[in-house]
Amino acid sequence: MEATVTHADTEGKVWSGGNKPLNASYGKMMMWFFIVSDALTFSGFLAAYGFSRFKFMNTWPIADEVFTHFPFMHGHKLPMYYVALMTFILIMSSVTMVLAVDAGHKLKQTRVAWYMFATIVGGLAFVGSQAWEWSTFIRGEYGAVETTGGSILQFVNAKTGEQVALSEFVHAEAAETEEPGDLWFLSQNSQADYTVAEVQEAFEADANVLVRLQDLDENGKKTILNRAESIEKLEGAKYIVQGANLHRNEYGSKLFADFFFFITGFHGFHVFSGVVLNIIIFTNVIVGTYEKRKSYEMVEKVGLYWHFVDLVWVFVFTFFYLV
Amino acid sequence: MGHDTHKLEIFRGTVKFKSNVQKIWGVLIFLSIVTTVEVVLGIYKPDFLMSSKVFGMRLLNWIFIILTIVKAYYIAWDFMHLRDEKPSFKYSLVIPLVILIPYLAFILLTEGDYIFEVYQNGFIKWDF
Repeated sequence: MEATVTHADTEGKVWSGGNKPLNASYGKMMMWFFIVSDALTFSGFLAAYGFSRFKFMNTWPIADEVFTHFPFMHGHKLPMYYVALMTFILIMSSVTMVLAVDAGHKLKQTRVAWYMFATIVGGLAFVGSQAWEWSTFIRGEYGAVETTGGSILQFVNAKTGEQVALSEFVHAEAAETEEPGDLWFLSQNSQADYTVAEVQEAFEADANVLVRLQDLDENGKKTILNRAESIEKLEGAKYIVQGANLHRNEYGSKLFADFFFFITGFHGFHVFSGVVLNIIIFTNVIVGTYEKRKSYEMVEKVGLYWHFVDLVWVFVFTFFYLV
Repeated sequence: MGHDTHKLEIFRGTVKFKSNVQKIWGVLIFLSIVTTVEVVLGIYKPDFLMSSKVFGMRLLNWIFIILTIVKAYYIAWDFMHLRDEKPSFKYSLVIPLVILIPYLAFILLTEGDYIFEVYQNGFIKWDF
């Protein structure tokens, strides 16, 4: 680029060409413009999530009740800790990335390589955590029933108000699960452990279980029906829902799982491509490409992308897990 | 590139770091504190923050959103070193986002709330 520019009489005149009016190189500026457009894409998704959530404000799942798991701590209710850990992993890998950029400015090849390596490890740790989060979410914990009208009925203990898993009160033999063929996702019900009739029968026999609706009562808690109402409501049951997929999920509103898969999935894909880019640049650092060039600006550019991924996660974290 | 001219002050000059590396660690500590505050508030959900509403939204949710924007600011300004860029460059990137995102959010959330009202109170169930 430099060679094509005449420096003669334009030097110092910012907007007449000849120097960089914004003091940023072409590559860096394009990375920034990509980030701006990608930021708008993510805001579109998050705003769509907000739209659907406002539409079903009164029946939306409460995140604290959905994401309560932590690896190796089965049976404990630990809301938020796991995502907090994921957030910390990502911020930490962002820090090693800035340190790599900083070492790059000082042309310290080995330091850049080590910091880049740490960033890649952090990125992989994050993607791995997300895979675990997804599999827990997909498997589900309690199981629920869907009515003909499409609402999800969950079961709670009449005394404590805590959620009860289907397996705790349905004592029918868990149905022989059919061999799930290649197209198992087309027939949702072949995956359920029990039939609707078994659940209804077991529910009538066990006076200790009540039905919980998705609707919030005046205290902002999910409404719990009394025995008679529960039995009546359960007559409208149509499906047994265990875990989550794109059609229905045991946590409540169908759109909740759809947006969860779509937005965290899209973000996870960004992290994954970030890791791939980081590996490419890491290799270049090791073979000395930038050392020869006497400029580590490529590290800075992938760094920008990497921080952007962190930035998006900060928002996803707020809107999916906190608000 | 002017890379030796890092601006080393944060919080409007109240905290000044000796080197860029120190600033990075300082920002990390700040971001970790903010995240911890968010997680603690998210787990305990204090009653008075849940019950008081500002512009139709719980005070707690406003706190979360403001803390998120604070975090986003420090990530963009210090990790993505926007602080060191020329103001013209910095604002040509940030201002479109600051205008368009709240605009989109406002429109979609208003519409979502309208549909909620129709479901809740409307006589017409589907035709709207």
